[in-house]
Amino acid sequence: METLFSVRPLLAVLVSLAVVPVLVSSSGKPNVREAWTILAGLIKFGLVASLVPSVLAGHEFGITLFSFAPGADIALRVDGLGLAFALVASFLYIVTTIYSIGYMRGLAEHSQTRFYCFFAIALSSAIGAAFSANLLTLYLFYEILSLSTYPLVTHHQDREALASGRKYLAYILGTSIGLVLPAMILTYNIAGTLEFAQSGVFGAGISQPMATILFLVFLFGFAKAAVFPLHGWLPAAMVAPTPVSALLHAVAVVKVGVFSLVRIMTGIFGIELMGSAGLGTIAGILAAVTILIGSLIAISQDELKRLLAFSTVSQLSYIVLGVALLTPKGMIGGVIHIVMHAFGKITLFFCAGAIMVHTRKKYISQMKGLGRQMPLTFFAFFIGSLSVIGLPPTGGFFSKWYLVLGSLQASQLALLIVLLASSFLNAVYFLPVVFNGFFAPEASPGVKEEYSEAPVLCVAPLLFTAGISVGLFFYSDVFVGLIRLGLGLG
Amino acid sequence: MLEHIAALMILVPLIAAFVVSGLAWIRTQYCLPVALAGLLGTLLASLASLNEVVSGGPLSYHMASWQPPVGIELRVDLFNGLVLVAVAAVALINLVASWEFVKRELEDRKEAFLALYLLFVTGLMGVTATADLFNLYVLLEITSLSAYALIAMGPSSRAPFASLNYVYLGVIGASFYLLGVGYLYIMTGSLNMGDIASLLPQIWASQTVLVGFIFCLIGVWIKMAFFPMHIWLPNAYTSASITVSRVMAPLMTKVMVYVMIRLMLTVFGAEYVFGILDLSPIIVWLAILAIVAGAVMALVQRNLAKILCYIIISEIGYMVGGAWLGNQAAMTGTILHIVNDALMTFAVFLAAGNFAYKLGELRLENLREAFARMPWSGLGFILAGMSIVGVPPTCGFFSKWYLISGGLEAGQYAYVGALLLSSLINAVLFVRVAEYAYFGDLQAGHGHHGEHHEVETDEAPPAMVACLLLVTVGLVLVGLYSGSIVSTMIQPFVLGSLI
Repeated sequence: METLFSVRPLLAVLVSLAVVPVLVSSSGKPNVREAWTILAGLIKFGLVASLVPSVLAGHEFGITLFSFAPGADIALRVDGLGLAFALVASFLYIVTTIYSIGYMRGLAEHSQTRFYCFFAIALSSAIGAAFSANLLTLYLFYEILSLSTYPLVTHHQDREALASGRKYLAYILGTSIGLVLPAMILTYNIAGTLEFAQSGVFGAGISQPMATILFLVFLFGFAKAAVFPLHGWLPAAMVAPTPVSALLHAVAVVKVGVFSLVRIMTGIFGIELMGSAGLGTIAGILAAVTILIGSLIAISQDELKRLLAFSTVSQLSYIVLGVALLTPKGMIGGVIHIVMHAFGKITLFFCAGAIMVHTRKKYISQMKGLGRQMPLTFFAFFIGSLSVIGLPPTGGFFSKWYLVLGSLQASQLALLIVLLASSFLNAVYFLPVVFNGFFAPEASPGVKEEYSEAPVLCVAPLLFTAGISVGLFFYSDVFVGLIRLGLGLG
Repeated sequence: MLEHIAALMILVPLIAAFVVSGLAWIRTQYCLPVALAGLLGTLLASLASLNEVVSGGPLSYHMASWQPPVGIELRVDLFNGLVLVAVAAVALINLVASWEFVKRELEDRKEAFLALYLLFVTGLMGVTATADLFNLYVLLEITSLSAYALIAMGPSSRAPFASLNYVYLGVIGASFYLLGVGYLYIMTGSLNMGDIASLLPQIWASQTVLVGFIFCLIGVWIKMAFFPMHIWLPNAYTSASITVSRVMAPLMTKVMVYVMIRLMLTVFGAEYVFGILDLSPIIVWLAILAIVAGAVMALVQRNLAKILCYIIISEIGYMVGGAWLGNQAAMTGTILHIVNDALMTFAVFLAAGNFAYKLGELRLENLREAFARMPWSGLGFILAGMSIVGVPPTCGFFSKWYLISGGLEAGQYAYVGALLLSSLINAVLFVRVAEYAYFGDLQAGHGHHGEHHEVETDEAPPAMVACLLLVTVGLVLVGLYSGSIVSTMIQPFVLGSLI
């Protein structure tokens, strides 16, 4: 494999950071400001997409920015895994920006410039995390992402935001400083490098108890992945404006957490050590527990965004579970679930936000008959649900199929049952929302029977992402190709 | 000219101090330019000497051409070369940043402030540059005396009392140090650091040398506010004008940490300190206590300036512990942290000063909506806070990396735990302050949809903001280039000094 030097990964990271001063200076002119945001998003996506052909051809891109210590520089490297994630995040950034315009203006939110600025910084760090060449660089972007999303989560600046913001930082910053930081330094002291490598960094230099402890510390330390019992911040973060929940808490932030775990498993410990030290099993069990707990709690939720949050908790662990299976099909299924879940879940969040903007309704019990009023939104919600449940014709079926095959390959019948049981639970909590929306005989108070939808800038993005969820069922070769290369499966 | 740069670093601000004192009687408008020129001269000289040292090895300057050990020697190597630049840069930037504030606070006494300020800087530069133990004492007293006076000029009615308190403890500290030097002089007949270092190995077993060492150490610890010898610091720095604590908080304690390491590595030598003496475990435990105590005491404060003071006490623990762990990584981290902590303490005090300029006393309630009113100062505050917590890419992260790495290497897990605990507590502290500054008054039902009231921006004067942002950019740059700083300046010194 050849590593090519290129500044494009760096530019892709920096472009949304560079646009921040422009956004600040155009704060009085919303249209100009949003145009700049979209332009930055387009450039970012273009830069990321331009890397795809070479990576598919078997190359990697690398650039060292600052040298700190041997094997722990601040450096970017683009491989299949990072590129697949960056592609999704930068693409959905554009869609979310368009949606944000509809949403934020629809609700006449305050401090919109601040909102777009921190959104841009958060995206820069998400792409940076995707393109990190080593754990140090990943940690850097992970931390900036934590801090830059705080003003987004607490956007409303009320008591609830204050409490949720505290919880958010306590979970995310507390674990990254208290757990990941020492584990990372210890890893460096033992291995002498933090550079991701398919064979892992440790070689024979680590005892099994040490490997187990380090692995658990990392697993819980990257709390953005919301592995039980560190999932509590995710539902709390739902106080944020919906575009934040949609892009960050369904795609960027949580996926950076999971992506970090994927890197830990495949790049720091390596498949071999994961298997021989029994770490895959540990991760698999914890993920299975999280999947079931997330799904079970989701069933009892009445607030739509909280339901989606618990569903996300559960779905994130599909990804961890898939990689922890350590079989080719399972790992592909796990990583590609980053992509599939992103499109499905963002659709669902967009729908929840569109309902919120148009009717100010947050609770499922208030949404009876609402599907007859907002058919497009509810139809998209249906598609998104199918994808998250894992039914055809949506992309979610594809990843779940791989996960099922992977668990068969690993002869892990218990995990197979967990996957199927969770799919069933997903259906239990999603489909009634759709069913009651369309077919409930009596509409909830305040729901009109005649057609009226949210602003077009809200509805168009959610139909678009729903469409892509379906499209991914038929065509996902690019992602499969990138992920196979990234996992070293050829 | 070039061979005199080591002396110029000290003489330029000293002469400027005299000139300012004189001008204050005749042409007050020239006082500030002279002071600025003096500080700029020091900064340039310190940069030139660091450059010399990096390319050509240590500089040795013999005052009035008297040969050491009889004459006074100034000696700049990689270690103090770095510290000198930090001192000179902080001193200059602070004067630029604080002048508006000083004018407002002191009115007709501002010339006296300038003269004392220059003397304070002279002392600090001298303490850092000198290679003579007694000369170090003299310069330390110049520093301390001007510090007492500067603190006593503070606006608070408690300022004279806090200053007096500081005088008592400062004098005790200085006496301990002087006694220690006396013992060493009795044993070796010399005051020159290099000379003593070459004479000591024959008498390592002597109890007198040990007592001398411990007395010096205690003296230095009192001056650096090492817990539990810290009690003078919070009152002195919070009663003083923030324009004064802005320069003292970053420099005074850090220079004393420098002196401690200089005594350990250059005068007594690593072999004596880590090999013959068995003090390391005890002192590291004292440091752990300092870290935890500083952090806990910071938690209970309701005033930003007080919080920052206790964070300093915690940070002193980082450095004392790091120095006494006795391995390469920890020593590298300590030296890097001297520079980093000076910069980040400076940055956070600059930000706090900007808040104080507009919002008055730094009680947390007074900071409500400070970020909306003063967005640039808020940005600077956040970046400085990130560095103190240890978030990359700010410099605080990288020195913490080395310190933790050194702690793990030494198997001193309690020290590592204390560092992590204090990082987490620092995070809590900064989030708490940020919550006040960001959320405003939640009682007033503020912030619901459509009800958000816009806050007028009311930023501190441009010079104050510009200096703050300059320093925070520095925090990030020093962080990103820590690899080069360590490999070109710190590691060669540490490798040459540790066994």
